[in-house]
Formats: sequence, C-alpha cells, structure tokens
Amino acid sequence: MATTVHEPPKVEQTKIDQTKIDKEKIGQERLPSQGSGNGGWRNLAPAGGDLRRVKDSSPPPASTGIWVGLAAITMTFAAFTSALIVRQGTAPLVPITLPPVLYLNTLVIIASSVTLELARRRIAAFMSGLKNKSDQAAAPAQWLYITLVLGLLFVAGQTFAWMQLKSQGFGLATNISYSFFYVLTVAHALHVFGGLGGLVRVIAKLNNSVLRRSTLDATARYWHFMGALWVYLLVLLWIKL
Amino acid sequence: MHDMSAHAAQHGAPTSFLRKHVFSIDHKVIGKQYYALALVAAFVGMFLSWLMRIHLGFGSYAIPGLHLLSKNGAPGDVMTPEYYLQLMTMHGTIMVFFVLTTAPFAAFGNFFLPIQTGAEDMPFPHFNMMSFWVTFTAFLPLVASFFVSDGPTLGGWTQYAPLSAIGAAGGPGEGWGVILWATSICLFCIGQLLGSLNFITTTLDMRCKGMSLMRLPLTAWAWFITSVMGLTAFAVLMPACILLILDHVAGTSFFKPGNMVINDQVLPGSGGSTLLWQHLFWFFGHPEVYIAIVPGMGIVSHVLITNMRKPMLSHRVLIYSMGALAALSYMVYGHHMFVSGMNPVSSLVFSFPTLVITIPSTIVVLIWLGSLYGSKLRINSASLFALGFISMFISGGVSGFFLAQPSIDIMLHATYFVVGHFHLVMGVAAMFGIFAGTYFWFPKMTGRMMNETLGKVHFVMSFIGAYCIFMPFHYLGIAGNVRRYQAFTDDYLIPLIPVHKFITYAALFTGFAQLIFLYNLIHSRFKGELAPNDNPWQGTSLEWSTATPPPHNNFGDKMPVVYHDPYQYSVEGASADYIMQTSPEKVHSPDEEA
Repeated sequence: MATTVHEPPKVEQTKIDQTKIDKEKIGQERLPSQGSGNGGWRNLAPAGGDLRRVKDSSPPPASTGIWVGLAAITMTFAAFTSALIVRQGTAPLVPITLPPVLYLNTLVIIASSVTLELARRRIAAFMSGLKNKSDQAAAPAQWLYITLVLGLLFVAGQTFAWMQLKSQGFGLATNISYSFFYVLTVAHALHVFGGLGGLVRVIAKLNNSVLRRSTLDATARYWHFMGALWVYLLVLLWIKL
Repeated sequence: MHDMSAHAAQHGAPTSFLRKHVFSIDHKVIGKQYYALALVAAFVGMFLSWLMRIHLGFGSYAIPGLHLLSKNGAPGDVMTPEYYLQLMTMHGTIMVFFVLTTAPFAAFGNFFLPIQTGAEDMPFPHFNMMSFWVTFTAFLPLVASFFVSDGPTLGGWTQYAPLSAIGAAGGPGEGWGVILWATSICLFCIGQLLGSLNFITTTLDMRCKGMSLMRLPLTAWAWFITSVMGLTAFAVLMPACILLILDHVAGTSFFKPGNMVINDQVLPGSGGSTLLWQHLFWFFGHPEVYIAIVPGMGIVSHVLITNMRKPMLSHRVLIYSMGALAALSYMVYGHHMFVSGMNPVSSLVFSFPTLVITIPSTIVVLIWLGSLYGSKLRINSASLFALGFISMFISGGVSGFFLAQPSIDIMLHATYFVVGHFHLVMGVAAMFGIFAGTYFWFPKMTGRMMNETLGKVHFVMSFIGAYCIFMPFHYLGIAGNVRRYQAFTDDYLIPLIPVHKFITYAALFTGFAQLIFLYNLIHSRFKGELAPNDNPWQGTSLEWSTATPPPHNNFGDKMPVVYHDPYQYSVEGASADYIMQTSPEKVHSPDEEA
C-alpha cells in the first residue's frame, strides 16, 4: 500500500526497522480513517495525478484591477474622513457656507453617470450581439461625448467654486474647515481627471474598434464611483462644516 | 483560470537597450531593478548606522571626512547632536521603506509571483514599470535632503507632530528636510500602490491552467497577503503626507497646535491635532511591519520545504495564519501610542488584539519547528538564513509580549528595549529572509550560483553579529537607557557606555560580513559557477520548470499546466523524491485509498 509518510532520518539499522513497522501500521490503520485531516498529508494528496478541473470563473484583470484600485481610493478618502473627525476632536470646526454651485455640480456628475450608463449598455448590447450594427450607429459614442462634456463641466464647476471662495478671501489656510474643504474637493477632482482620461481612452478605442468590454466596464465603474464619492463628500462637508 | 492570450499580459520582447534594461515592462527586469535599489539603499542605511554607532560608542571621535557629508552637521568631523538625529531618521526611513519593503516584497515578488502563478507577466505591465520608477524617484528627494539647506529631517522615521509640522523653527532639517521626506514617502506610497494593484490582480486573475489558489506556493500567498496590506496601508499614509506637506507649504494647521512657543518664538498655527498624525501614521505603520516580515515568512517556508524535502505540517494553516496576521495588523496600531496621551481605555482595547497576534505568530513558528523536527535538512546558505530568520523572529517576538502590555510598556517605551525588539523581529529577521531568498533564487535570476563557502561565512558572521548587537539592546532598555539620545552623560547611563562600545564593535563586524555578501553577489553575477541546470535545488514550483534565466514571456512556447499541490516531496511510489507541479505523473493519495 502506498503511503505518503515521511521517514525520520535513518541513523541506525534498528531505527529503520522500527520505522518500517510504524509505517506499515500507520499505512494500514491510521491513514484511511484520517483522510485529508492532516495538513501535511493533504499536501501530498493531489487529485490523482490528473488535472484538477477548476471552474473558469476568474474575471479579466481590468475588472478585478478596477475594484482593487477603488479599494485603495476608498482607503485614502477614509483616511481624510478620519482626519477630519480626529481634528474636530482637538478644536471645533468653524462653520462655513458651501458655495451653492456645488449642488449644481452634484446634478451634473449624477447626470454624467446616467449618460455613461446609457452608452455602456448600448455598447455592451452590441458586443453581446443583441443588436445589429445598424441599430447602434453612432449613438453610444454620442453618449460618451456627452458624458465627457458633463465631466468637464463638473470640474469647471468645482473650479468656479474654488475661485468664488478665493475671491471672498477664503483660502486653504483661512481656517481648518476651508483646509478640509479644499483638500477633499481637490483630491476628488484629481481623481475625476483620471476618470476623464479613462473616458477619452474608451472613446479612442471605440473609434478604432479595439474597445474591450472589460475596459468599458472598468471605466464606467470608476466613473460611477467618482459620482458616489462626490455625493458622500458633499454630505460629509455639509454635515461637518 | 482564463485564457490569458486575451489579456494585456502579452507583449513582445523589447529590442532597444532603454526598453530592455531601463524602462522595461518585464516584471523580471523590474524585480531586479527593485533589488538593485534595495541593495544600494541597504548599504546607505548600514553606512549611516555605522556612523551612529561610532558616535554612540566613542562620543567625540572624529570620523575622517564626515564634514564632507554635511555643512554644519560635523564641524571638525565630530557629529553634532542634531546631525546624529538626522542620520538616525534617514537610517530608519531608508531601511523600512527602501529596503524592507522593496526587497522581499517588490523585488522578489515582482520577479517570481507571475512565474509561480504561471503568468506571462503582470496584468498591467506599464503600471508595474511606473511602480518602480516612481519608487526610484521617491529615493531621490530623500538622498537630496542630505545636501540641501540644513540637511535631512531629524524627527525620526515616524515624524511625530508637532515637531514635523512646525517648520524650520523645530531645528535643522525640519523645514525643507521634512518637505523632502514627506514628498519622498508620498511618491513611495504611489509606487507601492501601483505594485500592489498588480500583485493582487496577478494572483487572482493570471493563474495558469490547474493553478487553484491552494496550489500556489507559500511565497505567492505571502506576496498576495502583503499586497493587500500594502494597498490599504499605503493608501492611508499618502494622504497623511499630503496633509503634512500642506502644513509646511500652505500654512494649514492639520497638525500644528495653537500658541506653540519654541525658542521664545510663538509659532503660527491653531488647534492642530498632534495625535492625528500618530493615528494616521500608525494605521499604516503597523501593517508596514508585517509588509516587511510576511514575505520573509513565505520565502523561509519555501526555502525550508525545498531543503527539507518535505512539505510543512500544514500548508493551509500557514496561509491562514499569515492572513490572520494581516487582518490583526489593522487592529493593533494603537499599541504604538500607549503613552501618547490617548485615552487609557483605548490602550486596553489595543492591547488585547496585540496579544492575540501571538497566536498566529506562534502557530507559524510551531509549524516551522514541527516540520523541521526529524527532517534531513540540506545545509546551505539559503537554508541557514531561513533557520536564522526563525531564530530572530522568535527572539524578537518574545519581547513583544512585554511591550504589548500597557503597564510594562510605560516603563520600557522609548528605551533600547523597543529598539532591540523591532530590529530583531522585523529588521534582522526580514533581512535574513532577503538573504535566504537571494541565495536560493540567485541561480534562477542570473543563471549562476553564488559561492556557498562565502555564503556560510556570511551567515555565521551575521548571525553572531546580529545577536551581539541587538540582545544587549534589551539589557540597555531594562537598565533605562533611553533611545534617540546621542550621548550618555547622566550618572545612571555612564556605566552602560562599555556595552555601547561592545555593540559598536559588533555592528562594524556584522557590517563587514555584509561586504562579503556584496562581493559574493557581484562576483557570482559575472564570474560565478554556471547553474548546473534549470532546477539546481530540485524544487517543485513553477519557477524551476522554466529556463534559466526565464525567457521574456517566462515559459517560452508552451504555457505550463499544473497538476499538483506545490510541495510534492518524498512522495512514496514516485519516480523521484520530488514531483514538479507541471509533472503529469500520477500520485496515489491517502484520500483515494480511503
């Protein structure tokens, strides 16, 4: 009977004999009942030498990668949030009035998510063969361009808010509330720029007919996340400042 | 496991020198680049420690040429107290970030993770290239800080606020030095985030046919777990550094308290939280410790298994324990802040999970020792350093029990006891992991063998030397020797000076051993004995089934197919004492017989 027990070092003849006895004993009596309970033995027990069939369920790297990236961004903004809360414990935050244009910007970024989703679904349907070529025409690209314009409009709106505050004399160092306001909104805007770059890339790839579904989905996920993140930040700023 | 041909990992071999060796997107080249960066950083860090030790042991001893390193730091070649602190800060920063993070994780991980998972490359090779070059760029401001303005920052690698945030009033290097430091670390974080993104995605998505997660070698698991920690930890340190930079350049008060008076000067600032920095820093800082050590655990397990010719007692429990360490690392960061003025109840809350960490740590150690028991270990440089790792990890870990308890930590904190603890458990242990990996994988990385005799001499000297340096640290700490002091003039410290002299000799001796290693590394790279074959250690994992050094796409024309768990050694009834993961040879299992 084949067993997979490791032999101890063979130092003396008597020990070897003992080992053989032990081995037989273990092989006959212990192994079958023990099954794979022992980790060491389990390692030695592959699936009979044949390829173990593993279900092919792993997503393409772009799909996993975007979630990993979003996790990192989440951690970064969680750190900023906890900084705000801990800092608030040291000295109370000074109440400030958020520039009204932010609420308009919120509508713009939510609208951009909607237009991107319209584009994504059309392209996805086309890629899955649900629609023929004539149906899709130039529509998805149009929605992508609209998304891009809305994204730029959002960044422009944020810039307007910063300039408005600046003209009123409220800068980064005016007080801690403005410090956090600028840090959070600028950090978010920089991430939005990344999303805009992604959109440009998707449009370029679509025009060259080399767009992959996973690239499209990853970009869309990133963009939606930017929208959700903005809503979160707005609520945070509104409650805390 | 999907069909990789559909994804981004395929790219043609580069032809130009620049694309091949400098701006390469090949993970193997990037791994070697990381190794080279870590090597340079390690010797810079070691050199700084030599300067510090000479100063500590021999007070006003003039180190010839020291004034060349600093305009004001060493008049007459004798170190000023401030310059001592600057060297200490740079030693810590360089060693923790640019050696202990880059070598075991980024260097070996980059080279071997895709090969061990059976991938042609990482899924985002351009991000990978950026990862290295951003990290390299991060090293520059740190080195530059030696030569600009009044030198590097003196605040310690932890950069506690408010000292780090108040600017030049805080002392030499606290203005530009801190800005350069924070810029460097911020860039470093970006580099490691890009790296972690690739590592995680490679492990999850790029595995070849037959490579289930549990069939990954322990090294791959260690890198995967480390990259998850890296992703979450560096993403927190980066914003902290941004806030610190803003306190310097934009006049904000994130960390600057109001009405601070230094040198009769009232500093600007209002209501900044000094504890905030510690919270953000240590939320990164404790996982960082495990980022340094967990890859070493993987490497040591991998090396020992190959040299024991048998698997560990439990593959799964080792993986779960490393995972548990990673998860716990986020719940314990407050144990660095027991005496920070934090609520004492918080200390208790952080103390409990800190003590819980001893459970997975002990399980890992027991699995190593239990597996070693009765094994016929092949003694070579790699396996010796793996044993050394275990020894250092146990010795350094035991003092962790004491420090984990707030009541004892109040006495021991900020003494050499702490310095001894972390140097053994994360510094030397992680270095030994790097050495084990170097001696073990050198033939695969270069096609040549390292000199075994020199390797063993290196081990013996390093092992004895490291204990001679860091064991007395514990004694010094119990005797009340405070850390970060540049001279010992108090009555109760003067009798300890001979111990410091002894440690300095030990440090010079241990450092000399590293020069032997450096010689061995460079000499073997060009003139070493050629590796006898692709698998000189008779290993089973995928890196040993490909050519030496591996071709551009890792496996040549034929992608590997995996049939076995990673460590099939001494399998009875098999044709040899090991079965490679790619071998279709059938193995009888106890399961089948049952």
